[in-house]
Amino acid sequence: MTRHVIVGMGVAGVSAAEAIRSVDRSAEILMVTNDPNGFYSRPGLAYYLTGELPEQQLYIYSKEDWRRLNVKQLKAKAVRLLPMEHKLALDHSSPLAYDRLLLATGTTAAPLSVPGADLKNVMYLDHLEDTRAILDRVRYTRTAVVVGGGVLALELVEGLAAHKVQVHFFLRGDRYWSNLLDEVESHLVEDRLEHEGVRVHPNTEIAEILGSRGSVSAVRTVQGETIGCGMVAVAIGARPRIELAQAAGLEVERGILVNETMQTSAPDVFAAGDVGQVYDPLTGRKTLDMLWNPAREQGRAAGLNMAGSAAVYRRLVAVNVLRLGGVMTTIIGAIGSGKDDSPLSIMRGSSETWQQLPNTIAVANGGGVNQLRLLLGERTITGALLMGEQTLSLPLQELVSGQVDITPIRQQLLHPDSPLGELLMEFWLNLSADRKNVA
Amino acid sequence: MPDKKNTLAPSRSEILASGYVVPESTRCVQCGICTFNCPIGIDVRRYVWLEKHVIDSYCLTCGECVNRCPRGVLRFERINLFREREQ
Repeated sequence: MTRHVIVGMGVAGVSAAEAIRSVDRSAEILMVTNDPNGFYSRPGLAYYLTGELPEQQLYIYSKEDWRRLNVKQLKAKAVRLLPMEHKLALDHSSPLAYDRLLLATGTTAAPLSVPGADLKNVMYLDHLEDTRAILDRVRYTRTAVVVGGGVLALELVEGLAAHKVQVHFFLRGDRYWSNLLDEVESHLVEDRLEHEGVRVHPNTEIAEILGSRGSVSAVRTVQGETIGCGMVAVAIGARPRIELAQAAGLEVERGILVNETMQTSAPDVFAAGDVGQVYDPLTGRKTLDMLWNPAREQGRAAGLNMAGSAAVYRRLVAVNVLRLGGVMTTIIGAIGSGKDDSPLSIMRGSSETWQQLPNTIAVANGGGVNQLRLLLGERTITGALLMGEQTLSLPLQELVSGQVDITPIRQQLLHPDSPLGELLMEFWLNLSADRKNVA
Repeated sequence: MPDKKNTLAPSRSEILASGYVVPESTRCVQCGICTFNCPIGIDVRRYVWLEKHVIDSYCLTCGECVNRCPRGVLRFERINLFREREQ
């Protein structure tokens, strides 16, 4: 009987276990995790924080689901990987022998490195435990400082504001998420935050966190301002947990390097999810995606390969749906400025490819909260950002991921006053009709 | 003046008779807001995880899950379109 050991119990790990079970009823599957809460929706933590969801709802699997999957769970910390001996050392029990191993260890929040960062009530949004701690703290705090960019920082801002905490949002650059959003989009988000009572501080960085009796009492900025607060919430980036792989001599860069079948450089060791840096044959790059759906797909491909069914992970165009200042936003493919104004360019909920700047022309139009921006290559749409009204979201996903030739409407799209949304919708509907006729 | 209840009733039954809730699973992060807000307790999230249409004889097609989903995962689709797709 084959023994599969999966380190990590996020979506990649569970998806791998499901895939193994789908082709092998009798294999032994062991899941090792040191997260006391097991498998839950990590992106859902944002909605638990705002109060839209009770904690119990975050758990995806029922008891019956676990029974059917038939895995053994080990609450332990994996401390050493011995790939030649096919063994995994754990902190509190004897080493585990494995036939195939999956590293789905995810990421950890990058810590703030300023004086005072180790004070009580400097908080991160990494685990369920963190979210509980923040929710506990908001009962005693009137003012909080949030540092960071990207979606996680915004989730912290919105979560805290939902509990009537006065939030000071510190931005490193001159506007929100400037390496991804254009000026109109950034300001739209900032205006909505200000409207909710959030104070946005552009070009502001923390020099020092001041404390009183071991707990946060204020921050002093590099610019010389002091703001009193009972909490500092940090979301400045994420680091893949590569330590286990690195110490075992596996090939790593920013993440653990894997090929298209999710195999690492060590025999019978696979990696998937946020920690996996996947070779993409289309671009020749090795890319990190810290997104739910790719993690699930990678887990699935890894699981099938572990169980002996050949499966190739095809990296799709990176898509995520975010709520930015209460506005639903879909990001598809490469839409960034190519600049990087954060010390760590990636965080959970984002993809490295978004920030790349291919040889494209940006066109945009919109009104109010409804914004549409397209990045046009020579013959295709290489990326798109859609805020507000989401009718075009599915068509855009298909046009970008299918690398559909848009030559017939390209000139019209480039025209300054053209209604991008209508043009695209019409084009897509005609395309769908043509496809049906062919079929 | 027409009775509001009566004028609304046919369109509701029309939706009920001709629509399903359909997920676009790639957008979903399994947060569970859909399941939490379903007034009759259908585990909508589970359907999305399994990449299946929400076909439950108790579904009222009330749209609560469609409207509450923070990622625009769910939408109504008419049965005839859905059948075309299955072919």
